[in-house]
Amino acid sequence: MEFYRSAVGKKWVMGVTGIALLGFVLAHMIGNLKVYLGEGQLDSYAHFLRELLYPLLPKTVTLWLMRTGLVIAFLLHIHAAASLTLLNRRANTAYRGPRDLAVASYASRTMRWSGVIVAVFLLWHLADLTWGVTPMAPEGWTAGAVEANLAASLSRGGVAVLYIVANLLLGIHIYHGAWSLFQSLGLAHPSYNRWRRWFAQAFSAVIVIGNVSIPIAVWTGWVG
Amino acid sequence: MNITLRAWRQAGPSDEGGFETYQVSDVSSDMSFLEMLDVLNERLTLEGLEPIAFDSDCREGICGACGVMINGRAHGPQAATATCQLHMRSFEDGDTITVEPWRAAAFAVIRDLVVDRSAFDRIIEAGGFITVATGSAPEANLTPVPKETAETAFDAAACIGCGACVAACPNSAAQLFTAAKASHLSLLPQGGAERYVRTERMVDTMERFFGSCTNHGECEAACPKQISIDFIAMMNRDYVKAKVKNRGNA
Repeated sequence: MEFYRSAVGKKWVMGVTGIALLGFVLAHMIGNLKVYLGEGQLDSYAHFLRELLYPLLPKTVTLWLMRTGLVIAFLLHIHAAASLTLLNRRANTAYRGPRDLAVASYASRTMRWSGVIVAVFLLWHLADLTWGVTPMAPEGWTAGAVEANLAASLSRGGVAVLYIVANLLLGIHIYHGAWSLFQSLGLAHPSYNRWRRWFAQAFSAVIVIGNVSIPIAVWTGWVG
Repeated sequence: MNITLRAWRQAGPSDEGGFETYQVSDVSSDMSFLEMLDVLNERLTLEGLEPIAFDSDCREGICGACGVMINGRAHGPQAATATCQLHMRSFEDGDTITVEPWRAAAFAVIRDLVVDRSAFDRIIEAGGFITVATGSAPEANLTPVPKETAETAFDAAACIGCGACVAACPNSAAQLFTAAKASHLSLLPQGGAERYVRTERMVDTMERFFGSCTNHGECEAACPKQISIDFIAMMNRDYVKAKVKNRGNA
């Protein structure tokens, strides 16, 4: 707890929860790609998630354990980010003249905005495809009919654009995050520093391409 | 060269301050930025006006006393250069140059371009030293230091404490300064003994004054000594380890 009170400790927690969230985003994207394997594949994958580790554990228990871990990771990530932002506001005094940033990337400068927008999108996305709450969810939303719900949701033009924009912002967010977390966790060394940049570029590219392909596939009629 | 200078003027810590515009003519391109300010100040003094206050000492880029924000860049447009080593040939004839003091909540403006950097002294007092018994100096060759370690420690020791890292950081974080000051001791055998106590104390003191690192990398780009942000990662790792290793003596 004393460790988390420090700013360096909070950044460490952001790095660790960032890894957990990157892992989730990657697994989620791979799961999404089941939509390309043919009719019923996505639905049976969703069904499989509910029966993960069954009969060792009762049905949906593993899923709920993972969900609990994710919610904790999200809350810690957001709490640390919010309190560090407040600390930085207090520590900073604005320049009155022009300010010419030398190297700070668009991604690093917009982490707060991309993070907040992706978090709001996430709630929208859950209401749309997990909870089936109108007006986010499409008409005729049915629990368990994952592929049909997905196709119905993304065939709404505005929704498809929302998913594409949100995933681009997610890509920008993790482009800085996947590089920055090594720094926060103290993992920097001349022997592998260049790999960190490549890792961040490749990771964010894979996530964005994988996820954005789906609304495009629905729009072109390839899926759904 | 003829230069239009927009300089920050502030009579004291509680004064609001504002930009004043000055025409500086017949500037030689071989003058340093500070010499250009000297020429202007000479004229202001002769005119019975208050000269622009700024810090400087060695004027050869090794003391860390000088340092101002020039056109939005800490120490101006040239990389790896302190303000005193920046020459007017880096500008064009007829340029308008905006100069203002370092800005951070912990760096209060004392007057014009002079800020109070004593928060750095608080960080050094917390752990930027080695506790050694006084007495005759030990035989140097008794403590072997691998060349690579010595080189890395020296890269960190190049820090002149000018404050450009804080000034350039959008979060006013002092991570690069603190990391450099902690690492150059902690990497060497003599300083290694107190590595984790030092890191914990210096980081905790740093956080009383400065913001938190978001890994923009602006500090590294602004540093006149080109100190790498790898030292920040080293400090972060040491801080986590310190929380496990230190047993309440920090």
